[in-house]
Amino acid sequence: MNSILKLLSQRLALGLLSLFAVSVIIFLAVGLLPGDIAQAMLGQSATPETLAAFRTQLGLDQPPFWRFVHWIGHLLRGDLGTSLANQRPIAELVGGRLGNTLCLAGLAALVSVPLALLLGMLAALYRNSWFDRLLNTLALSAVSFPEFFVAYLLILLFSVKLGWLPSLSNLPPDASFGMLLERSVLPVATLSLVVVAQMMRMTRAALINLLASPYIEMARLKGISQGRIIFRHALPNALAPIVNVVALNLAYLVVGVVVVEVVFVYPGLGQLLVDSVAKRDIPVVQACSLIFAATYIVLNTLADVLSIASNPRLMHPKG
Amino acid sequence: MKSVFKELVHAPWSAKFGFCVIILYVAVALLAPHLAPYGETQVVGDGFAAWGAQFPLGTDNLGRDMLSRLLYGARNTVGIAFLTTMLAFLLGGLAGLIAALKGGWVDMGLSRLVDILMAIPQLIFALLILSVVGTTATSLVLVIALLDSTRVFRLARAVAMNVVVQDFVEAARLRGEGTVWLVTREILPNAAAPLIAEFGLRFCFVFLFISALSFLGLGIQPPTADWGSMVRDNAVLITFGDLTPLLPALAVALLTVGVNFVVDWMLYRSSGLKEC
Repeated sequence: MNSILKLLSQRLALGLLSLFAVSVIIFLAVGLLPGDIAQAMLGQSATPETLAAFRTQLGLDQPPFWRFVHWIGHLLRGDLGTSLANQRPIAELVGGRLGNTLCLAGLAALVSVPLALLLGMLAALYRNSWFDRLLNTLALSAVSFPEFFVAYLLILLFSVKLGWLPSLSNLPPDASFGMLLERSVLPVATLSLVVVAQMMRMTRAALINLLASPYIEMARLKGISQGRIIFRHALPNALAPIVNVVALNLAYLVVGVVVVEVVFVYPGLGQLLVDSVAKRDIPVVQACSLIFAATYIVLNTLADVLSIASNPRLMHPKG
Repeated sequence: MKSVFKELVHAPWSAKFGFCVIILYVAVALLAPHLAPYGETQVVGDGFAAWGAQFPLGTDNLGRDMLSRLLYGARNTVGIAFLTTMLAFLLGGLAGLIAALKGGWVDMGLSRLVDILMAIPQLIFALLILSVVGTTATSLVLVIALLDSTRVFRLARAVAMNVVVQDFVEAARLRGEGTVWLVTREILPNAAAPLIAEFGLRFCFVFLFISALSFLGLGIQPPTADWGSMVRDNAVLITFGDLTPLLPALAVALLTVGVNFVVDWMLYRSSGLKEC
């Protein structure tokens, strides 16, 4: 039991370390790039006074180390700074949008995880049948489609031709939960399609690896029923890779929302990020990047921790 | 060359389809100026003209011929994606091979650097850097190549690790061969197969990535004909039930599917798992 605790604490420490490293990179990306950022952003015609004022506003006139401490300190107290474009506090801009994005990703996860696991198990069970081949070809195609292609295809079909669903997912501030659900159907479907395909392929591969191992053959030779082999013998050992696959794809989901939000004009964090990049509103870009990267790291660490914790061999070490 | 051709005859239909698609795209990319009825950025009519004899696929939002731009897009989008992938392979592959060969602190330092870079989602990292350096084609290629080389590094290092411990590498070392010889003559020929398959996968990824960035308006900049931004520019038409804006997206999807089919077949073949 001690070894597993040691492994888990190592993973958690590694997660914290990468979180710190990433915040340093996101912070430094602005300062360390070649050229004078104030000049580049304000253009050649900027007067020295406006350049100086801009540098003070970004804190560029102070040494980088102090700026970093200052930035992190404010960040930990929930103060993300102010936007360059409209001078509003970033926490205010981010607040509601973060909720919307998490809601979108959460709904997509609720749909795609059970579906992908079910399809993956079926494909592994009936491998090399026509069903498996069809599923594999479909999944390979789905992975290859750009997200905006899938999104516009769904819009064309379900909102333009059939008129069942709204094509845009912009939400008024006082939107009810029912409205949120109706407007999220197409974005959720788009996100799910891509993630389901990936998750299914990985689940299938993990299970097939396992079903080829000698102890499963032994169980088969003993004459145990197919269901018992799957649930009693294969599944406990397949849990670790499957949990890993799910967490990794959830991490992908959080990033995948960016394009989907833009297509459907969904008021989420991804759209804010893209808008801010176009406007070169660097403090907002930094804040959004940090939120996305942190979510990604947390989910990846969770994947590691869960796959260690659900590995039967580590739970019952020899000797 | 002959044996490759022979195997291709026995390949599944999906791999054959993939090869046909790739050959078609390469041909269009090379011959674009001869195939296109109008110039790449030439305004030839009213905006959003319907399909007809004069403009086979209509015109875009500014009145440029859709078919011509679609053909030139093959050159621009595929070309830039190919260039980026090449650069990523040169950078990541070389670093990976050297890390495996040298070991010690070189390997340690490079691997940790890659770990940190990979901890940030690629799209987010690219957006962050592009917002600082600005969105030009050059910065796009360099940023994506750098980010993607981390994935190539991992694979190249893992593959080369298995080769480095073989006796013939040891013999070459004892003969006193230099690093360049070891990499090009001993390791690379034995690590080529998985690296070529990986090249296909990475190309798909980079291609989709650049298209997504262009679609977001942060990739290849106008007036260059590019499939991602063509979808973005003409997306309004979709709400009127017009298929035209989806054609560039379809072009992206078709090539990625084709390359994926071919890579899938190559991986299946090299894994030796014919029945499993």
